[in-house]
Amino acid sequence: MKQKNRIDGGQIDRDTKLRFTFDGHVYHGHAGDTLASALLANGVRLMGRSFKYHRPRGPLTAGSEEPNALVQLRSRARQEPNTRATTAELFDGLTATSQNRLGSLSFDLLAINDRVSNFLTAGFYYKTFMWPKAFWEKVYEPIIRRAAGLGSLSLQDDPDVYDKGFLHCDLLIIGAGPAGLMAALTAARSGADVILADEDFRMGGRLNSETFAIGDEAGADWAAQTVAELAAMPNVRLMARTTVIGAFDHGTYGAVERVSDHIATPLDGKPRQILWRIYAQKTVLAAGAIERPIAFNNNDRPGIMTASALRSYANRFGVAVGRRTAIFTNNDDGHRTAADLHAKGLKVTVIDPRPDAPRSMGYEVLAGAQVTDTMGRLGLTFVQVRFSDGTDRTIECNALGVSGGWNPNVHMTCHQQGRPAWNDALAAFVPDALPVGMTVAGAAKGDLSTAGALLGGATAARTALGLKGRIPKMPQAEDAPVSVTPFWYVEGASRAWLDQQNDVTVKDVKLSHQEGFKSVEHLKRYTTLGMATDQGKTANMGGLAIMAELAGKTIPEVGTTMFRPPYTPVAIGALGGRHRGQDFHPKRLTPTHAWAEEQGAVFVEVGNWMRAQWFPRAGETTWRESVDREVLATRGSVGVCDVTTLGKVDVQGADAAAFLNMIYCNGFAKLPVGKVRYGLMLREDGIAMDDGTAARMADDHFVVTTTTANALPVYRHMEFVRQCLVPDMDVQLISTTEAWAQYAVAGPNARRVLEKIVDQDISNDAFPFMACGDITVCGGLRARLFRISFSGELAYEIAVPTAYGDALIRRIMDAGAEFDITPYGTEALGVMRMEKGHAAGNELNGTTTAANLGMGRMVSTMKDSIGAVLSRREGMNQSDDLRAVGVKPIDLADKVPAGAHLMAADGPVAAAHDQGYVTSACYSPNLGHHIALAFLKDGSNRIGEIMRLVSPLTGVDVDVEICSAHFIDPEGERLRA
Amino acid sequence: MHDLTPTPALGAATQTIGTVTVAENTGVALASVAARTGGENTCTKVLKAVLGAVPDVGRTVLHDPEAGFWMGPDQWMIGAPMDTHEDIADQLKAKLGDAASVTEQSGAWVAFDVTGERMPDMCEILCNIPIRKMVAGDVRRTMIHQLGCFVIRRAAYDHIRILGPRASAKSLHHALITAATSVA
Repeated sequence: MKQKNRIDGGQIDRDTKLRFTFDGHVYHGHAGDTLASALLANGVRLMGRSFKYHRPRGPLTAGSEEPNALVQLRSRARQEPNTRATTAELFDGLTATSQNRLGSLSFDLLAINDRVSNFLTAGFYYKTFMWPKAFWEKVYEPIIRRAAGLGSLSLQDDPDVYDKGFLHCDLLIIGAGPAGLMAALTAARSGADVILADEDFRMGGRLNSETFAIGDEAGADWAAQTVAELAAMPNVRLMARTTVIGAFDHGTYGAVERVSDHIATPLDGKPRQILWRIYAQKTVLAAGAIERPIAFNNNDRPGIMTASALRSYANRFGVAVGRRTAIFTNNDDGHRTAADLHAKGLKVTVIDPRPDAPRSMGYEVLAGAQVTDTMGRLGLTFVQVRFSDGTDRTIECNALGVSGGWNPNVHMTCHQQGRPAWNDALAAFVPDALPVGMTVAGAAKGDLSTAGALLGGATAARTALGLKGRIPKMPQAEDAPVSVTPFWYVEGASRAWLDQQNDVTVKDVKLSHQEGFKSVEHLKRYTTLGMATDQGKTANMGGLAIMAELAGKTIPEVGTTMFRPPYTPVAIGALGGRHRGQDFHPKRLTPTHAWAEEQGAVFVEVGNWMRAQWFPRAGETTWRESVDREVLATRGSVGVCDVTTLGKVDVQGADAAAFLNMIYCNGFAKLPVGKVRYGLMLREDGIAMDDGTAARMADDHFVVTTTTANALPVYRHMEFVRQCLVPDMDVQLISTTEAWAQYAVAGPNARRVLEKIVDQDISNDAFPFMACGDITVCGGLRARLFRISFSGELAYEIAVPTAYGDALIRRIMDAGAEFDITPYGTEALGVMRMEKGHAAGNELNGTTTAANLGMGRMVSTMKDSIGAVLSRREGMNQSDDLRAVGVKPIDLADKVPAGAHLMAADGPVAAAHDQGYVTSACYSPNLGHHIALAFLKDGSNRIGEIMRLVSPLTGVDVDVEICSAHFIDPEGERLRA
Repeated sequence: MHDLTPTPALGAATQTIGTVTVAENTGVALASVAARTGGENTCTKVLKAVLGAVPDVGRTVLHDPEAGFWMGPDQWMIGAPMDTHEDIADQLKAKLGDAASVTEQSGAWVAFDVTGERMPDMCEILCNIPIRKMVAGDVRRTMIHQLGCFVIRRAAYDHIRILGPRASAKSLHHALITAATSVA
């Protein structure tokens, strides 16, 4: 199809023709086009439907502030809704579809909303659909959601990848227009490390859209040459296609770089976008300004846009939006558009409400006139103009440029709670309080002339970097004064659109005021003015001006809503980066992982650790079969379990023992060298925090073990105590969890197996229960041995440097072959600890005390320790406090599931009569029935009592007997064997 | 002499993606040294004797055969070739006595050497360190793929050594290769 609206000029590559589709129609554009410019070149002005009323809409702008031309880009899993056609860089094969319509774009059935707009004014859903109440959620809301909205998600996984990154620089410059480029040049020539970021794919800002000269060359050429000079400097990083989205604490900025959005699909392994965190010593904000429209009746038809957008399409993209153009402007900048379009041979009429509007020899200027209405169902065909004498005239045109002045882009200056200041000359807000380290230059500061921008950029860079000396002479550039007589809207309009993205009219703002929503924040919530993807970049000022007029205040008295990051929408994928799916968090693998995989282990994630849960063997059809076998084999002969994951903390120093005395509620000061002791840590509030062991390897050296899950919290707690509570103690801590591979070898034959490996005497006399020591294995490898038991069997934990972990497990298996040694996983470990009555995470659940756990007497009264005092609170020491007990079913076929609650056998089943609850439960292959550990009120005095175990949610109701938690070897004969 | 064979943290083959090469370094023995109360001067003397200088804040002393870097106030990590210094903790303890707490760290860490022209680009999407401003011997503690790591800028301009938690060697390596691919 011929690009019927393509005209000469512009910065597109006419030798590169690109094919693309919009709503299934094939079009062509050129490299350097945006989707919007290419569609306009092809005569397509209608690009979307409005949010609420489904009115036909085309682009209002040529930039990221666009409220209307939102499309879905790409297809299937890569479909992205709400993409601004005005910033979407055209590429060959681009697929775009319109959104928020029922039917075709030109015949949207939901346009019926526009017909009933009188019923759908601002806040209508607060007042209507109130009855019947039940209809809201099931009927009304779904209908409203279907009728209103923007694009839709594909509901498929995003196939692209995203990176996050970190950059550091002396000076970050946001925006590569004349101010930004000059700031970059000034800073870079001084040797500073500079990052220049611009959201556009072509740096130069407005210079690319203007016909001004800088020095002896066109502004766009000057920009290109400056960019080339900067690109050649090693201390400059040019980041086109990069939107700085927010100013955060201490000179930190977020920026999204669209690495691959200008090609059909990212290259293999390459990110689609990168979310950068930029650490800048100083920042120059040169983000430019946005032209604001004027509200008048039906000012939203496709073909009506800001005057500067018309200029951009003509000068930068070589596109005439319409062959016959009208310009409605209250300032001289609108006349620039008229002059540029006229110079390109287009017929132009200027409507200027100022009686003294500048005259032109080339085109018609209607001074003292206003646009009062427009016509055209799917695109502009006529505008109606009213003169100051009350006469009307209709002008045929298919493009209308509107200019109500310019608003500096102050957003980034406000992200740290700063508020802008009002500038009467511009009738706009300008930056005032700034984030630390930020300087503002150019149009963003209110310097709207090119010369002002160049000088401002240079000055800002010099100020930011503290450069001395005279400012070099700036090149000659346009320096027209700017003066704006505020003109926000045309009186008498019935449908004058302020916020085109949210379908908010002048009337809606008046309604908001009438109904008492006068604060700007209330106005925003009541009307939705300034919400959604564009955040009201073209709408807010109009709304504020009207509210100010209604309230009889000035605009600065009305104030602004708070600008918050992000400046433009950010893909969720960019915020997630690589941390998704399997890469959501790293895994920790034990030294036996490869060996366990060889054994066919089934793994379970514990924290980040991958632990072998059980080791199925041929013929075993359920996990229970494997676990039962592992338990019976361990208790019958010997088993081995990887316990590397248990936290290990090396505690050294002259005060190591005193430190542990502080950390643990039980005593450690007198623990002999070569001995291990079970220890219980309390939180400051007296609740049990973690349990484990501490082995005294030397007078001044302990090895503390923690549970797997609590390794980090316990280490952090210990460091807090060391650094903040007892800083004078001579104690040093270091986590050695990963430095040592550690295995539990348990069962009656455990010693026989280890005797074949350990170089020293480990007989019961030489190495009794709770002994520990540095040893050697296999002829001299340094190792540690601990005679401790979680299973209740004769057991050891043996540790070697991690690099030897794989070799040691294989050696243990070889040594144990004659005893049918069996590897066991965490499930069997859990069964055995429950059979033995040992507490674990289920019992140390953040609500239980030492007394609850049956360890009340461990809390030493002979010393101070963390949590000891508060553990003695009256409320935590009642006569009917919970106590740890065992539970077994009366009918041995019954299960006694965790989570079920204990009730009196003959009492009511109700929460008010709750007696306790089961924390851990399993099938005991040694006992041949299910067992459980529980907390029961006054439990230690209720051994033998028959109770009901109930779980109304899961239908459990079984009779149980309360028993000792020590189901196996209550006297501890096995572990001392 | 024992007969157990050590295994590397990962055992991954050296990979070159574009200009970046990622190689697991299995030849580093490590031990941490933390000065005890009153032992600071002795630590300074011993470290000077061993390394030639005491590593300053954020710095590594790239000495041969031992090298060391600052980890915290009066805390250092000392490294040396595994072939000759597998017992590095014992060697240091013998020199430092009660002046310092010495802990063997060889098994706690995996070391990757990353080299190549685009190494700085790779670093920028891996971790929050000012890699382009770092000079030989600079060291930073940082997070890579949610893992606490040390990044040491080695003598060659394009060479860094990353020490990360050994148990997560596979995850860390995956992150390095992913980043290298991203910037290749």
